[in-house]
Amino acid sequence: MNQQAVSGSGLDEKAKRLKLRSRPWAATLILIGGLIVLALGIAISVSFGAADIKLSVVWTAVFHFNPEITDHQIIRELRLPRVLGGVMVGASLAVAGAIMQGMTRNPLADSGLMGINSGAGFALAVCFAFFPGLPFMYLILYSFVGAGAGAGIVYGVGSLAKGGLTPARLVLAGAALSALLSALSEGIALYFRIGQDLAFWYAGGLAGTKWFQLQIMSPWVIAAILGAIVLSRSITMLSLGEDIAKGLGQRTGLVKLAGTLIVLILAGASVAVVGAVGFVGLIIPHLTRYLVGVDYRWIIPCSAVLGALLVVGGDLTARMINPPHETPVGAIIALIGVPFFLYLARKERREL
Amino acid sequence: MQSHKIISSEDARRKHGLRVIAVLAVLIVIMFIISVNTGYIRLTPLELLDTLFGKGTDKQELILFQFRLPRIVISLLIGTALAVSGAVMQGVFRNDLADPGILGINAGAGLMVMLLISFYPTTSAAPVYLLPVVAFAGAACTAALIYSLAYKRHQGISPIRLLLTGVAVAAGMSAAMIVLTLRLDPDKYQFVATWLAGSIWGTSWKFVLSLLPWIVILLPYVIYKARVMNVLNLGEQTATGLGANVSREQFRLLAAAVGLAASSVAVSGGIGFVGLVGPHLARRLVGPKHQLMLPASALIGALLVIAADTIGRRILQPSEIPTGIVVAVIGAPYFLYLLARTKS
Repeated sequence: MNQQAVSGSGLDEKAKRLKLRSRPWAATLILIGGLIVLALGIAISVSFGAADIKLSVVWTAVFHFNPEITDHQIIRELRLPRVLGGVMVGASLAVAGAIMQGMTRNPLADSGLMGINSGAGFALAVCFAFFPGLPFMYLILYSFVGAGAGAGIVYGVGSLAKGGLTPARLVLAGAALSALLSALSEGIALYFRIGQDLAFWYAGGLAGTKWFQLQIMSPWVIAAILGAIVLSRSITMLSLGEDIAKGLGQRTGLVKLAGTLIVLILAGASVAVVGAVGFVGLIIPHLTRYLVGVDYRWIIPCSAVLGALLVVGGDLTARMINPPHETPVGAIIALIGVPFFLYLARKERREL
Repeated sequence: MQSHKIISSEDARRKHGLRVIAVLAVLIVIMFIISVNTGYIRLTPLELLDTLFGKGTDKQELILFQFRLPRIVISLLIGTALAVSGAVMQGVFRNDLADPGILGINAGAGLMVMLLISFYPTTSAAPVYLLPVVAFAGAACTAALIYSLAYKRHQGISPIRLLLTGVAVAAGMSAAMIVLTLRLDPDKYQFVATWLAGSIWGTSWKFVLSLLPWIVILLPYVIYKARVMNVLNLGEQTATGLGANVSREQFRLLAAAVGLAASSVAVSGGIGFVGLVGPHLARRLVGPKHQLMLPASALIGALLVIAADTIGRRILQPSEIPTGIVVAVIGAPYFLYLLARTKS
């Protein structure tokens, strides 16, 4: 498992081995190191902001909460839910992306690019317009349905196409559907004068995260991520190709169904809490695969950790760029994500 | 005999094409009358004529000449420019799904316009004549960027990679725009949001004047190049064989297309899909010959935007839906339909 020195001639060989190898040591290192860095990031994120709060105060606020102290209130009611929301959303989107890329063998798969996020967002707009005051639980459920509908349409269009479901086709269909749905959402928002609510919901991003949202979301997300880890072996097989998976005795239809359900739950829950953040599900699985190899038993947990890191880091950056004003975290991550996407689109060998 | 047949079918096609163009022109006039009448104060056709010839009341004159007419004229100009721009891009890249919005060229123009506006205290203080120029600079840089990113040695430009690159660049530009505007002036965020949604915000005569030279120069130029575009459509090798300097012609045509798209983005924000739908419908109605197809695209684009603008103003008076949203609701399903139909 130790890395050899890179020499010019050995590069190709090394690339080959990288591609077809699992690296449990690297993965373990990422899991442990990533969690430590994530803990640090959470601490910094909680103590940093419009009012800087000492880490020692953060500690007491968490473990010896005193409602008399304003700082404790800020931490408890605003910053902690925000950073935990970031962790949850980052992990969810990254795992959803990893599952999609593994199952479809499509390097450009990502819930943001495939219309899943915009479908969930559209469902939320409809909820705000027609059933104002719906409890959050129902909002989440409807955003699952919207996510499913979005995915269904993009897949449908992609499959109808002559020449089948190429990665590029999916991305284009996703882009067009996103344009359509966000236009419709905006139209609904204007018509029903709920622009403010929606804008607050979206522009709030992570800032608007509340404890009750986390409480409702966390069981879903945790269950879905655990499900993904259970599925991970089957996803590895699928990622080798459907015929191989079938040959190994896998019931591919069942695995795909379970995987799709998990993706919809993760994406729907994320959108319901922070609105649409793209590119996390695209970047992180690629990075993880590069680091830990091809075994999804490692890729999925590592993606979760790295995804959480990316969103927490992005959120920190978004707060630092222009204090006291906030920049939408989605825009920050898109700025990182776009060059990466371009690189992938160039690398794509197959006739897209 | 044989040649006679070909000529007559050619003739018939031209006649048919001209008929279609005449019908489109009539539709635009009808839409114009409806559009003038859309709003808080109604004008009967007679009052409209009176006002146009300077016999209306002051109030009627104010509404017509200061608010509605410039906006309608701008809608028509934008629709024309975007549709022709899309037609040229589809022709040059030989890609049915090309459109200045999808390719991210609108976003690049928008980014530069945003930057220019952000240096002025209010959006209306920015120098209007500079807007299309700056937008053109942004759009040209974006086009060059997308072209170089999508270009691969030994492979040239694959149509689908071009689109993918465009989609990504557009996403990046929009994100950059949001970050920058927040950084420069948080109050302008709302403005950017509506502007990106494609709302025609420059609605006075000075905007018409700043847009007009671009269209008056570039539109005839592109139509004059119709023959060249027909040749280019035969494929690079054939076109070279027929004596066309392919890369030079492509460059010139693209520059014209970018100019048309950029100048309309400068006053209307990101109205997507016009450049996609216009040329497609035109091709269906009058066939692929650019001599007829380009004018037809121009008229369909103008009709589409003026109709979308009117619908957007009529649905929920007194507030309005940005035109771009209305166009997207029509255009995006059409794009999906095309995507499902085209071969890999």
